Amino acid sequence: MAFQQIFIAMKNVAGLKRGESGIITGFTDDIISLKLMEMGCLPGSPIKMNFAAPLGDPISYDIAGYNLTLRVAEACAILIE
Amino acid sequence: MKTVRKIALLGNPNSGKTSLFNQLTGLNQKVGNFPGITVEKKTGACILDNGEKIEIIDLPGTYSIYPKSLDEKVVFDTLTGTTNPDHPDLAIIIVDASNIKRNLLLFTQISDLGIPVILVLNMLDVATNRGQRVSPTAIAKFFSVPTISLNARTGQGLELLKKALEIHELDAPKSIFSTTKEEQDLAVAITKRFDIKNSYFAHLLLIQYQNFPGLSEEDKFFIKALIEDNKFSPELSQSREILERYKVIDEAIQEAVVYNLYENRNFTERLDKIFTHKIFGYAIFFGVMFLIFQAIFAWATAPMDWIDSAFSALSLSIKSHLPSGVLTDLLSEGVVPGIGGVVIFIPQIALLFAFIAILEETGYMSRVVFLMDKIMRKFGLNGKSVVPLISGVACAIPAIMAARTIDNLRERLITIFVTPLMSCSARLPVYTILIALVVPDEKVLGILSLQGVALMGMYILGFVMSIVTAAILQFLIKAKSKSYFVMELPLYKFPRWKNVGITIIEKSKTFTFEAGKIILAISIILWVAASFGPGDKVKNAEEYVKKSMNGAEISDEDFEVKVSAFKLENSFAGIFGKALEPAIKPLGYDWKIGIALVTSFAAREVFVGTMATIYSIGSDEESTIKSRMRSEINPDTGKEMYTPAVALSLMVFYAFAMQCMSTLAVVKKETNSWKWPMLQLLYMTGLAYVSSFIVYQLLS
Repeated sequence: MAFQQIFIAMKNVAGLKRGESGIITGFTDDIISLKLMEMGCLPGSPIKMNFAAPLGDPISYDIAGYNLTLRVAEACAILIE
Repeated sequence: MKTVRKIALLGNPNSGKTSLFNQLTGLNQKVGNFPGITVEKKTGACILDNGEKIEIIDLPGTYSIYPKSLDEKVVFDTLTGTTNPDHPDLAIIIVDASNIKRNLLLFTQISDLGIPVILVLNMLDVATNRGQRVSPTAIAKFFSVPTISLNARTGQGLELLKKALEIHELDAPKSIFSTTKEEQDLAVAITKRFDIKNSYFAHLLLIQYQNFPGLSEEDKFFIKALIEDNKFSPELSQSREILERYKVIDEAIQEAVVYNLYENRNFTERLDKIFTHKIFGYAIFFGVMFLIFQAIFAWATAPMDWIDSAFSALSLSIKSHLPSGVLTDLLSEGVVPGIGGVVIFIPQIALLFAFIAILEETGYMSRVVFLMDKIMRKFGLNGKSVVPLISGVACAIPAIMAARTIDNLRERLITIFVTPLMSCSARLPVYTILIALVVPDEKVLGILSLQGVALMGMYILGFVMSIVTAAILQFLIKAKSKSYFVMELPLYKFPRWKNVGITIIEKSKTFTFEAGKIILAISIILWVAASFGPGDKVKNAEEYVKKSMNGAEISDEDFEVKVSAFKLENSFAGIFGKALEPAIKPLGYDWKIGIALVTSFAAREVFVGTMATIYSIGSDEESTIKSRMRSEINPDTGKEMYTPAVALSLMVFYAFAMQCMSTLAVVKKETNSWKWPMLQLLYMTGLAYVSSFIVYQLLS
């Protein structure tokens, strides 16, 4: 139970609203995390939600000084605080 | 023997790599293939100030040396395969200074491989505008690497780069990333077995052995055992490596970059508000597509008409000035119309590639990918499939190669399968001529050309069919790995006209010579097949016709027409077309169209050339292909041959049928099996037959 509560308490990037930002703390998917880290999504870096595509997916984020677009499923794999 | 030094050009996507390549090589470019695979390989010669000629290899853009897609694997193979013929003596790494952190990752990896490196800092002006002052000297000092600041758009700094390229004995850069004790032990075991000197190379072999070029099964087994025995985790090691590298990069940035808090990205932000807007975003996208088709029809028709009449005039003048004989006939009826059939496409091809190059150059193409991803996913495709599909409008061959950027195998296969259904530029002349025959040249709503609307309709038909096919395929092809979508949205930029110009020239040149060879060869073969026949029927056509007239009086002119018709009917081509006629009659076609269908199986663009050849046999008048086709009479009805039903049925056939050997060859190479091209051939041709049948039967 305690573990689940911790898990729920962890926010991910997909929950960010337009203009909101957070600090990356980790990833929930090992494979995709490698690609994301290469692209500059490093633990400790800030990430800001820019805007979503008209159909709500994918979403454009501001990371390491550029615009990166991710699908909602990938954004869910990035944990933030 | 003095060998030409090979210089690899590397960098992130959108870092200005293509601009730099164009600056270095100008029009001395060659497009070929990397050995064994069909990734388009662009190489170019560059003459340095001291007279030395070097070869520049433009490698695909990549963010990291670890390949995620086939495109990136080329980079990995070229840099790690020491026996690879393209293995560079030196690497130029171009870095977007406005995005320096992420761009430096690739640099640190390549310099650890021990390949001498020249670092090029591009877009320093953009960085300054965004409030980041990057110091090239501090970067050069930190990494102890020759660093050159350069503006790839204007060419400023190019002379310095060329000077630096004159240095032969450039030191291998100092090592940046250090492996752990555990990784070192494993790397030592690797270096011993494989005779490798560089330790990062050994490290890469350890992590990427399944992807490594030229490894035997035993070698792979050896590494696999090594990994398992030592409980080594490649993923963990790789993520540690990325973090480690970014730590070093952060230190470099601390010393070399001064950030002002002021950040100016308003231009891109404001444009994105419009281009990715719920309504305007899609409206603009369709507007842009529509503009392209209108432009192609409106702007290209005039030069195409000139080319058409110029070639028919040339045919006529050859006929009247050279002594009559077989050779003159071959020239005027085979070769000249054949070449004309190639040259006539150039205006449209140039325009199409110009638009596609501008969409890519400005950064708008990435927005289209972003807009379309969710919709495309519903059909088993990926947002990135938009690029192959749109490029497919120009030519399916580069388009299918562009599908390489799609990392997911299933989405890539579906994209490859449906891309040839997009109406490529080779279908354009077929549509053009048939639309001109049956669609009146009128305006709708005052400004739009009705013929342009009809043309756009054909393109929409192709697009809809490719989407429908994709939707069906996603149930038939099983997903092996999870699909993902991680893409950069680059800043909007004004297009570099030099890059657009080079694209136009290169693509038109490739088309003219590659397609031209086939078209010319087929035109000649066809002329021979249409001018000779078995027995003496063709040779003594006059007598046969006279005999069949039973002494009836007709004018000389009508007699000539009857004779040439008789000749064609009894030629090899005519016999072949007649044999085919029962199969294509339900679609509304006669044996002459049958000949064109058969020759089109080599390449569709042959259609117009074939029509030109068939209808010019025995004709002395100067007339264009269009007017010859218009005056063609259907012997069964006594009315014109090209009724709307026949023309539409033909257009639908050409829209769907797989009639391009080059596409089949590329699909075979790209998918590495005959299965996909064969399925494509069967599916598309079957679809074409059934659809044309329905269209003709409904309309006639």
